[in-house]
Amino acid sequence: MTILIFLLLAALTVGCAIAMVAQRNPLYSAIALIGVFLGMAGIYVTLAAPFIAAIQVIVYAGAIMVLVVFVIMLLNVEEEVRRPIRLRYLIPLGVFLAALLFAETAFIIYFIETSAYNPPPATQSNVGLTASVGTGLFTKYLLPFEITSLLILMAIVGAITLARRVPALEVGGRRMQAATTESEKPSAAD
Amino acid sequence: MDLSNPYIQAALQFLAIFITFNVVLMIVAYTVLAERRILGFIQGRLGPNRVGPGGVLQPFADLLKFIFKEEIVPDKSTRFVYFLAPLIAVTAAMMTLIVYPFGPRVTLPYFGQVELVIARFDIALLYVLAVTSIGVYGIALAGWASNSKYSLMGGLRSSAQMISYELSLGLSLVGVILMSGTLDLYEIVEQQSGWYGFKWNIFPQFIGFVVYLTSAIAETNRVPFDLPEAETELVAGFHTEYSALKFALFFMAEYINMFTVSVLATTLFLGGWNVPGLALLFSPGSIPFAVFSVIGFFVKVFFFLFLYIWLRGTLPRFRFDQLMSFGWKFLLPVALLNVVLTATLVWLGVL
Amino acid sequence: MVPLSWYLALSAVLFTIGAAGVIIKRNAIAMFMCIELMLNATNITFVAFSSFFRDVTGQLFVFIVMTVAAAEAAVGLGIIIAIFRNRLSLDVDDASVLKY
Repeated sequence: MTILIFLLLAALTVGCAIAMVAQRNPLYSAIALIGVFLGMAGIYVTLAAPFIAAIQVIVYAGAIMVLVVFVIMLLNVEEEVRRPIRLRYLIPLGVFLAALLFAETAFIIYFIETSAYNPPPATQSNVGLTASVGTGLFTKYLLPFEITSLLILMAIVGAITLARRVPALEVGGRRMQAATTESEKPSAAD
Repeated sequence: MDLSNPYIQAALQFLAIFITFNVVLMIVAYTVLAERRILGFIQGRLGPNRVGPGGVLQPFADLLKFIFKEEIVPDKSTRFVYFLAPLIAVTAAMMTLIVYPFGPRVTLPYFGQVELVIARFDIALLYVLAVTSIGVYGIALAGWASNSKYSLMGGLRSSAQMISYELSLGLSLVGVILMSGTLDLYEIVEQQSGWYGFKWNIFPQFIGFVVYLTSAIAETNRVPFDLPEAETELVAGFHTEYSALKFALFFMAEYINMFTVSVLATTLFLGGWNVPGLALLFSPGSIPFAVFSVIGFFVKVFFFLFLYIWLRGTLPRFRFDQLMSFGWKFLLPVALLNVVLTATLVWLGVL
Repeated sequence: MVPLSWYLALSAVLFTIGAAGVIIKRNAIAMFMCIELMLNATNITFVAFSSFFRDVTGQLFVFIVMTVAAAEAAVGLGIIIAIFRNRLSLDVDDASVLKY
């Protein structure tokens, strides 16, 4: 049963990922990527990590991709034009290297499959639950956690600096209305 | 029939989900009717009262109308996304319904001890937040795919508004989470059953409750935060180009979201199914206790739904820049302050 | 029980698709999304090992990776908007000169 669910989710994830790269309209790519993230959340659930699954949906699908979709809609991005491939003579080399990489990966996976490690019996563990994640985050890994908060502060400041219109951009002698600077969303309401 | 058989358990769960969906859809249909009647009362007119006695069959007439209307698909729309958007909106709205505890533990004659909740798991509250955050796409994509100015403006506004207020919404819940120390909704409700069923979280978390209520109204795009569909400026906002059943899906999603948000407010702040003093009359676990608890739960939920309608009949609409600065400059700092205050009090052992 | 190697293979496939996307795509937003895909592919590996070794560290690392991705999204989209404002194009090949 778990195997069936895993295969379905994996097919969804890989299919959406391929669609994302294949689509030339950025908004379609974004929708496909949301599909990837939702599939991944399902995969985390099969790995008994429900907390990470929920965070995955909230952070990636609920926040980051909304921003991306918002920017795509705001800038009205058009489809990519297909352009001639410049380095045509490198294609055979590329195919050869891809085959080599694939062979290498297959070898490693085969090696892992036959290695001596046996996972402990599948009993109920509380590793993925909220309490254990929180305990780890606020005791042993407190310093990295605090550093990420610093990182987010830097990102907020950076995003505001980037999104604010510089005074040089004057339209018809009148300074355009400044973008909302209090949000970390780039130019939310201009 | 062996109740421990996993297939039978799965079948029972499916049955429970089916019943829940239908009950919620009925509630939604009658919320719409109640809204029209109450708005009529507030504005000094009658409201729909022709179909059936006092208008009680009006929802079915509306449904028939939606089914038989002509579907108009705009010529320049992006077909796939245009059809996908209402589905996302309605699915995201309905998926949250399974985690809410609507009644206490009860001993039934055949099934033994049953918890009146469909799915109980560790991260229920996070699940609700995650699924509701998907609902933004329904509106944003609908606005984009219709290929119309008004729809696009509505979609942009709604996505900006919803991600802004989602922050305050999430932070207002942190206070409750800090106090109860769990994300499991069932346990949060059970912790509020002290003081003869009156130990509700609203008393220590009043700031959080007010912030939650405000941002929840903004999340569901209701008056006074209904900028995405401000009909005086944007025709109908993101669903301008939708007709017939696809419009009905958006409509349904909005009202299910209203219901969801009311249920969450009841569960987290108003003690869920706890009715004050009920434990003195009946012994906990008996069937009458459970029945009155469920009734109490729904009374609280309907109070919130009534509050929504009341606000709609009373308040004017915000301007968009007012909306943004209210969310970011007032609501978010207040929510953060509430988190700091609660954390300090919990750390000192007061709460 | 799904074997560990399947998760690793899935992660590898997704990472490769993401890497190929970064190379193929010329649109700045699309490239950004491919980078997000690569970050996510590594997350699957972390969670898989964490769950198979019964050690929460991998999941904590995923948590931190997500924070980094969120920060990256805020700044990255800010940069993309700044580029668009200056050059009216999102094609990375158009943004090839330092001064414009």
